[in-house]
Amino acid sequence: MAHATQETAVRTNVVVRALIYTGLLFFAGYYLVPLYVMLVNSVKPLDEIRQGDMMSLPALFTLDPWYSAWSTAQIGVQPTGLKPYFINSIVMVVPAVAISTLLGALNGYVLTKWRFRGDGIVFGLLLFACFIPFQIVLIPMARLLGLVGLAGSVSGLVLVHVVYGLGFTTLFFRNYYDAFPTELIRAAQIDGAGFFRIFWRILLPSSGPIIVVTVIWQFTNIWNDFLFGVSFSDVDSQPVTVALNNLVSSSTGVKEYNVHFAGAVLAALPTLIVYIVSGRYFVRGLMAGAVKG
Amino acid sequence: MAFLEISDLYKRFGAVDALKGINLAVEEGGFLVLVGPSGCGKSTLLNTIAGLESITSGEIRINDRAVNNLHPSQRDIAMVFQSYALYPNMTVAQNIAFGMEMRGVPRAEREKAVAEVAKTLQISHLLDRKPSQLSGGQRQRVAMGRALVRNPQVFLFDEPLSNLDAKLRVDMRTEIKRLHQAMKTTIVYVTHDQIEAMTLATQIAVLRDGVLQQFGTPHEIYNNPANIFVADFMGSPAMNLIPARIEANGGGVAVVMTRDGSEPLQLKVADGKLSAHAGRDVIFGLRPEAITDLSGADRTSPRVVNAECHVEVVEPAGADTYVVTRLGGREVIGRMRSDMHVAPHSTVPFAFNMDKAVFFDPESELRIA
Repeated sequence: MAHATQETAVRTNVVVRALIYTGLLFFAGYYLVPLYVMLVNSVKPLDEIRQGDMMSLPALFTLDPWYSAWSTAQIGVQPTGLKPYFINSIVMVVPAVAISTLLGALNGYVLTKWRFRGDGIVFGLLLFACFIPFQIVLIPMARLLGLVGLAGSVSGLVLVHVVYGLGFTTLFFRNYYDAFPTELIRAAQIDGAGFFRIFWRILLPSSGPIIVVTVIWQFTNIWNDFLFGVSFSDVDSQPVTVALNNLVSSSTGVKEYNVHFAGAVLAALPTLIVYIVSGRYFVRGLMAGAVKG
Repeated sequence: MAFLEISDLYKRFGAVDALKGINLAVEEGGFLVLVGPSGCGKSTLLNTIAGLESITSGEIRINDRAVNNLHPSQRDIAMVFQSYALYPNMTVAQNIAFGMEMRGVPRAEREKAVAEVAKTLQISHLLDRKPSQLSGGQRQRVAMGRALVRNPQVFLFDEPLSNLDAKLRVDMRTEIKRLHQAMKTTIVYVTHDQIEAMTLATQIAVLRDGVLQQFGTPHEIYNNPANIFVADFMGSPAMNLIPARIEANGGGVAVVMTRDGSEPLQLKVADGKLSAHAGRDVIFGLRPEAITDLSGADRTSPRVVNAECHVEVVEPAGADTYVVTRLGGREVIGRMRSDMHVAPHSTVPFAFNMDKAVFFDPESELRIA
């Protein structure tokens, strides 16, 4: 009896599994098609694309579109390619991510372990930042940047992104530290560690997963941002997203689709790398504290 | 002058009084155990001594120095937490040395102290491991090592054994007692386990709802409970608390308890203060070990009264056999020798050692004799 039941169970299992995997493969394929189109067409000469078959593999393989997109394509006045803008983006993203993550961690630490009267209200107001649409703050932010003399600079963009990111980074760290045992903080206090020592020596080293989550989140958002980039930057401080837009939508000359595809992949590459390198931690961090153990 | 002195301590959380006028004094080298049910304020009291909670009013003195307003790190105390609170990112050695590092003790000195403490606690082989790689008992030892290395004036323990399994708990209990005997440092220890309290303490403070119920040696607390709460809380199985009546009886005084289906049970007691309560209802308290079989009765006691009682349940426990009868409408547990063969629903003679009897007022729940 028991034997028969077990066999039936295994058989259903196989059928169900086959269905699940078919479904998953279908969706995976569906979502990968755009990437396939971009990659395939970025290594074809322009003539081949013009023949109209977007799905076929290249007859003649060439890396020229990539080279062109990176360093010679006409963006703005000079034929510089995406390179200088890519560097702008990096110079903007690295400090913006680092500062907003660090401040978020400090906020989370204070809001959970150094509670004060009205801390709930402060946290609520910070959370509010997550729900304000970008467009609303454009004009006040432009005014503010002008007042502090950061208009049209990369530093200005860093400031905007730090301010806008604080809501989310604080939320992440507050929830993570909420589950962090307060007894550890008390033990460290008895051991004679002060506010910042506890933060640096006890809390931050135990925050790996949530730091990864926050960094991925912030990196993706800031790198992919277009609105703030296009609103608050000058020609020499434009991030790569704005440059890509200028490249693709330039109205003069021929539409070099292969170069556009290559440029788009280049612009998306850093976020892709961040995900691949730390994706495992991303899921683990999001789940941290969700279940005990 | 006591070494650790707590006077008129109040602690208020919003509208709730967590501690209501606590007065305690512990001699140097004493082992004070704070015991009580959860929510009684014992952990709060410990935290105020540690300085982790501020106090609303009152005073805490350690070695004749008021420490109320000092930061925890300046009170010269060390604390072992219930969860052990080991820093997860540091090795065992770094955990133990962290306090010294914060106080700027040179590295060579730190390493020497860590090695010494590790040797005392037999954790030398664990020094390079992370807390997550340790078993519960090992973590417990590391937590104690972190406290020991500090060589403080007072050790504070917050339910340190409650996360261990039963056998390990008994072993660690003995170890803590041995350490205390070796170091002779003053200890304040919180537990909800009355056996831990009895075995470890030189003095016990029983708390309930933020009020100190009784403060005394384990012997006093066990044999002379100040009220019904203390009597009921200390001891396992708990003290039998039987509704009864005091009656004058042929020149003496007797305690009378109703019984189902037979005559009320009358037990003669020492006259003492009880005659003043003749004709009144009382709560009669007698520990299970004072209700025995006839030959198991304490021969040195001058006042053993024998009586036949109906047996409801028999619970052999190995070393003893617990025999349950019913008096005054309550289950009453007697502790007989394990080789007594008592059948349920039979009537057997019980010996009541009335020398150990205590009496409480049913209204105020306070001790009357």
